[in-house]
Amino acid sequence: MAAISMRLPVARKAVGLSTPRGGEKHLVAPGDTITTDTGYMRGHGTYVEEEKLIASVAGAVERVNKLVCVRALKTRYNGEVGDIVVGRITEVQQKRWKVETNSRLDSVLLLSSMNLPGGELRRRSAEDELAMRDYLQEGDLISAEVQSVFSDGAVSLHTRSLKYGKLGQGVLVQVSPSLVKRQKTHFHDLPCGASVILGNNGFIWIYPTPEQKDEEAGGFTTNLEPVPLSDREVISRLRNCIVALVTQQLMLFDTSILYCYEASLPHQIKDILKPEVMEEIVLETRQRLLDLEG
Amino acid sequence: MASVVLSEAEKLYIVHGVQEDLRVDGRGCEDYRCAEVETDVVSNTSGSARVKLGHTDILVGIKAEMGTPKLEKPDEGYLEFFVDCSANATPEFEGRGGEELGTELASTLYRVFSSENSVDLKSLCINPREHCWVLYVDVLLLECGGNLLDAISIAVKAALFNTRIPKVRVLEDEEGSKEIELSDDPYDCIRLNVDDVPCIVTLSKIGYRHVVDATLQEEACSLASLLISVTSKGALTSMKKVGRGSLDPESIFEMMETGKRVGKSLHIALQKILDEEESLGTSRQKVGFLG
Repeated sequence: MAAISMRLPVARKAVGLSTPRGGEKHLVAPGDTITTDTGYMRGHGTYVEEEKLIASVAGAVERVNKLVCVRALKTRYNGEVGDIVVGRITEVQQKRWKVETNSRLDSVLLLSSMNLPGGELRRRSAEDELAMRDYLQEGDLISAEVQSVFSDGAVSLHTRSLKYGKLGQGVLVQVSPSLVKRQKTHFHDLPCGASVILGNNGFIWIYPTPEQKDEEAGGFTTNLEPVPLSDREVISRLRNCIVALVTQQLMLFDTSILYCYEASLPHQIKDILKPEVMEEIVLETRQRLLDLEG
Repeated sequence: MASVVLSEAEKLYIVHGVQEDLRVDGRGCEDYRCAEVETDVVSNTSGSARVKLGHTDILVGIKAEMGTPKLEKPDEGYLEFFVDCSANATPEFEGRGGEELGTELASTLYRVFSSENSVDLKSLCINPREHCWVLYVDVLLLECGGNLLDAISIAVKAALFNTRIPKVRVLEDEEGSKEIELSDDPYDCIRLNVDDVPCIVTLSKIGYRHVVDATLQEEACSLASLLISVTSKGALTSMKKVGRGSLDPESIFEMMETGKRVGKSLHIALQKILDEEESLGTSRQKVGFLG
């Protein structure tokens, strides 16, 4: 039976400011004056006009001694060394792959920074170069770590550990990079039955937890067996929960996703995307997170 | 058409999911995404509507202008369709990039509305062979999130429901020359009967099953789709197959039956929301684009 729900649009309600700790954040919009004190140096996201320091992006003001900069809320991913990213291969070039990571420039994955199958460590030969397309093709998804950042801002990636590499079956959710909280680890095996990779660049990868852990996860042989229905339901529910959290502008980390999942259990999976259900679930998640802290 | 690139494993995941009637966002094969419909959003048109179906955002504006009837149909008015793919939707549509898609969508709309009974064109006639109302239907694609034609047809039906054409009187003087007088009252207008206006249902074949309201990712996995236009009574007015792949006759029959069933529910849901909006009258808070 087809389920079609249509509704009249409702004006968005302002999400209430909840500052759990750390005090007030100085939020600015483009054109707002940050300070009229001339003793400050201007950083990213600011400009000087008529002796006033004015913000050019919408975000929070950060002050380090005499340097004032504005960290934008909605921005492309700016790479930092050590970040975990999930990216999609866009081009296969001579000794490297170009990877799309939602940043201003395509990221680069050099052939020498890639794990060879079997984990062998040897000098890359001409045959390896010709066989690049066998490893990674256009459209493939990979998880990698940022090795370095070039001077123009392009990011160089590496997959030199067995936990990185080509990703198999699963679901990708694209969110704004500023909503992914920086944590010690970005690979989580959630107790509800699926695993998630929270890329710092805003690409979230949800996949079924692999049974054998000792098998090299960084391998290139993807498991093409159909995923069982129970795992699929968990993955779909997680995907909808993440979309709900992002719509309500909540930070994404393993605890928030898990609480949102538990709050969504009484509802059907496809109902989670309805605006009123989304609000209800996220409110409950927010409440539980506040209780956890305070 | 705007499209996403997917890895082979992702496509396989989607195909297997459709086989088991559980799509990536938890919907079944015959479920639509949550739609938002609002009419009367553009003030300088005779009728307008905006439809948001997931990430697909369509704006339709209808302008009624006076023109001469076509030679082969002297006592009827007619509709003209124009689809504009704005660069807001995707960067591919910048400049003339969206022209090809726009003409393809417009020609599909012409085909769907070419059947005799979809809109009562005789009511648009003022003076046979001399004057008639021409309805210019302009469609603007604001965002492409898959399933464009369904959303466009819902928006066109909602805009036609919202269209108010001013009443005109034809005065004849002694010499026989006719004068057209527009009524002074701005609320004195005729409304169109949209009971027989068809809605398009796109059925995309993924694996061995077909789905309704495919997202961009699902469209990337489907090789062939069937576009059918269904009226509220369940009658099929046109059918078109798109895509590189092939469809065998049995699956075409199945898809047609699904399309008719889904189309009828779509019309019921749309009519309900349009009536609800109408009943709110002037007390309705317009959300528009800044809501």
